[in-house]
Amino acid sequence: MPAPVIIASGGANLASLRFALQRLGCDAPVTEDHGLIEAASHVILPGVGAARDAMHRLRAAGLVDVIRRLRQPVLGICLGLQLLYTGSDEDDAECLGIIPGQARRFSQSARLPVPQMGWNAVRKVAETPLLEGIVGEGYAYFIHSYALPEGPQTCGVADYGGVFSAMVQHENFFATQFHPERSARFGAAVLSNFLRI
Amino acid sequence: MVVKGVQFRNHRVMGDIIELARRYRDEGADELVFYDITASPDGRTVDRNWVYRVAEVLDIPFCVAGGIRNLADAETVLNLGAAQICINSPALENPDLIEILARRFGSQCVVVGVDSLALARRASGDGGGSKGGSTGGATSSDVGRQDGEPPTDTDYVVYQYTGDPNRSRTSGRRTLGWITEAQARGAGEIVLNCMNQDGVRKGYDIEQLARVREVCQVPLIASGGAGAMEHFREVFERADVDGALAASVFHTAAIPIPDLKRYLIGASIPMRPPEEE
Repeated sequence: MPAPVIIASGGANLASLRFALQRLGCDAPVTEDHGLIEAASHVILPGVGAARDAMHRLRAAGLVDVIRRLRQPVLGICLGLQLLYTGSDEDDAECLGIIPGQARRFSQSARLPVPQMGWNAVRKVAETPLLEGIVGEGYAYFIHSYALPEGPQTCGVADYGGVFSAMVQHENFFATQFHPERSARFGAAVLSNFLRI
Repeated sequence: MVVKGVQFRNHRVMGDIIELARRYRDEGADELVFYDITASPDGRTVDRNWVYRVAEVLDIPFCVAGGIRNLADAETVLNLGAAQICINSPALENPDLIEILARRFGSQCVVVGVDSLALARRASGDGGGSKGGSTGGATSSDVGRQDGEPPTDTDYVVYQYTGDPNRSRTSGRRTLGWITEAQARGAGEIVLNCMNQDGVRKGYDIEQLARVREVCQVPLIASGGAGAMEHFREVFERADVDGALAASVFHTAAIPIPDLKRYLIGASIPMRPPEEE
């Protein structure tokens, strides 16, 4: 039985993630305790709000090196995906630097409001255990203003005025730009696949 | 309990909230908005336990509207599992609240709900009657426009306290100006409820929504008036909204959500398809 933990990266909004894991049979504590995080079978790095604030909180809790050194499967969600990268244009934030790349802001237009808020199709571009057993496109719920361009770590993309990374994978670090906990059956399948890694 | 009104009056009890949440989840609704319509006019502290119970069963985003008057109210609701909070009357009383919430939670969490009334038009010169909103109450021949003229900022006014028929009144603000200001203050989404259309199932107010679309750079959700599948198609195609909200036709199952989605996808309007069994 997996014993995941959720890193307390600040911001509200973790109840829906905890409930989604509960529906999969896991009771995941929300914690910033180094020992608990290091001992967990799976670690989830959620993120709501601004990159700089989130990094400030991780630094204050001494978690930056703890996260970088994790060897068990880690799942970044939404801002959590961006935090795994080198940096973000949002307030020029320096992030964890686990994956090379820079989050860029969507260019705003009347046709494509920013933030992107809503459902979008996710297309697989590389094999990943996160998409195991999922055939064809999945629809996922996105809520973000910044995104990573497609890169070598990208395994799923979505299109919002251009293709961006919807799912990435680098060694034991996985991440989704969408919210699997709010993405109906597709999201539940992704979370369930993650817990099986 | 969930209630649904007709033009914001005479709320009828629509069934247990958790049961409805489950039903809409299974039917493939993309997002749910829960209006605690009594919360704001009363100015009381409301029991938010239901938000937690809803979050337990929902695997789609939901938004809570009503009675969110400060940072603490918003934080409570978001911590209980809501994806977004929607503020309406409290934002009109204290526009700074939009900035405070956006700074703390990010614009994406902050929806501003706007209850907008289209003022009746002046009869045109040939004596023809007004064909626009017949509103009762807020008609003003001074600001109403002639039939056929394009709508301007003076044609729409923002109402507040609409949850309580006895307190519902104009806020003194114009809809287009208020939506522009709300975005500048950090609103991440606008739900425009066209009051003239609310609950009467005659279609969305396409003209008003298209006018608002021109000034709205954040996601715009249409509300008020859905009565047939064609109305949804029309509002996406002609007012270019990002979402269409409806209550009566879904509560009564007059329009099954999977049928509606198949119809809209068939009309080339992009959306998440209904889940296959």
